[in-house]
Amino acid sequence: MTTANQNAVAKYKNNFLKEVEANVEDGHWVKMCMQCGVCAGSCPLGPHWEHSPQKIFMMIRAGKREEVLKSDSMWMCTSCYNCIVRCPRKLPITHIMHGLANYSHRLGLAPQGQPTREIAKLFWDNIVKTGRVNELTFSLAMYFKDGFGQGIKNAMAMQGIGLGLMKAKRLNPMEILGGHSCKDKSGIHKMLAKAREIEDRRKGLA
Amino acid sequence: MSKKQYAFYPGCSSQKKASADNFLRSIDVVCDKLDVQLNEIPDWNCCGASIGYGEGGELPRLALSARNLALAETNFAGQDMVSVCPACWLASRETAERLHENSSLLAETNEALKEAGLTFKGETKARHFVEVLIEDIGWDAMKQQVVKPLDGLKFAGYVGCQTNRPFGIVGESFENPLYLDKMIETVGAEPVKYDQKVTCCGGALAFSEPDKAQKQIRDIVESAYDHGADMIVTPCQLCQANVEIYQSEINKKQGTKFNMPVVYYSQLMTLAYGGSAQQAGLDGQLIKADKLEKIAGK
Repeated sequence: MTTANQNAVAKYKNNFLKEVEANVEDGHWVKMCMQCGVCAGSCPLGPHWEHSPQKIFMMIRAGKREEVLKSDSMWMCTSCYNCIVRCPRKLPITHIMHGLANYSHRLGLAPQGQPTREIAKLFWDNIVKTGRVNELTFSLAMYFKDGFGQGIKNAMAMQGIGLGLMKAKRLNPMEILGGHSCKDKSGIHKMLAKAREIEDRRKGLA
Repeated sequence: MSKKQYAFYPGCSSQKKASADNFLRSIDVVCDKLDVQLNEIPDWNCCGASIGYGEGGELPRLALSARNLALAETNFAGQDMVSVCPACWLASRETAERLHENSSLLAETNEALKEAGLTFKGETKARHFVEVLIEDIGWDAMKQQVVKPLDGLKFAGYVGCQTNRPFGIVGESFENPLYLDKMIETVGAEPVKYDQKVTCCGGALAFSEPDKAQKQIRDIVESAYDHGADMIVTPCQLCQANVEIYQSEINKKQGTKFNMPVVYYSQLMTLAYGGSAQQAGLDGQLIKADKLEKIAGK
């Protein structure tokens, strides 16, 4: 368990709603949920969520901290924004799900090996490096995330698509050497470090 | 008529030899025909995309978009910032609006931006290229340029998610947006009515949850076939890639025989405006758009 998690438990005791309001993006909206269930019925991956957003909101209010933060539900969000536009109370549900996912990830409580959690981290690391996505190295990092053997298997399975994209000039093998990049990489790195520092201080993650 | 000028945020997938390289080629032709000048923002960076939240957190993501907005403000003062990518647009617009409304968040973001030698005033507007076409150019002017109507072709207009939600195009409904159908009519083709026009393609989860995303893609392609479409047309790079690329995977796993081309609205406009197959970026299709190549060759 991370120190940040122990600190949060000590600080908010049994008031998980208060913790979410303070530390989760748009968390102050959670109390406005009227439990109608439109979000649950609107989610394209709805059947795969252990707990729908509607349930997550009620669980937060019921103080079910562990169950919420260890759930893999939030990681099922495809960012389609259906729930946001349909919510009768206009809760920014997508943002809250993203916020909960990020908070649970940073506290070290999100499920280990959850595939969307893993690719989200690979993606962020990829863009931070040069300031822009390197589609080739990102794809390779995804294929090889479960080790070399599995990586070769994945790459072989996707070989046809990869070659097709190269032929269509939509994937450049030379990207392996670095590829597209921002000029002010160091400025971007310093900017992101500062942004993280400010946010971590505000949320007790520092 | 003088050219309309915009600060342009192309986004990662629009770069040379990236996954939507062909999209940008057709955008260039459309701009040329409609007297639009897109001024590329120097040294722009990734917006963080939909999946950046996992590791990125709130303020780092706001800083990424604010850097682009600040660069637009500094280099092209007074011009709106325009994106062709729904994810770039969504992140930029959300950032622009939140920082415009929330002075303490703007102060924190600017504290981070200072590290990159920039400041965002919170005034620049982030717009989608489709908004420029509809609101600034107008339907009549778009139609006037048509010299080669795409007669007899039927398109399933696939709007997808992020061009449509949470912001959408002004005046359009979230459940049944009509602008893409209208664009199809403007180039002389026929939009088919089908139920999956705003269904999610799975987005970034096409990588992490392939089976779940491929079910979404199958629904979209199947519905387009069932309603008589020759092709799918979309304004979104990730929709295009997911719906085109994974058809072969779905065929392999599920025994379907999908082979439906997925193109961009700007490719249709380029061809209707008399552009070549190369200018329209038809060489970038994994599933060849034979019927469009035929028109281009006429």
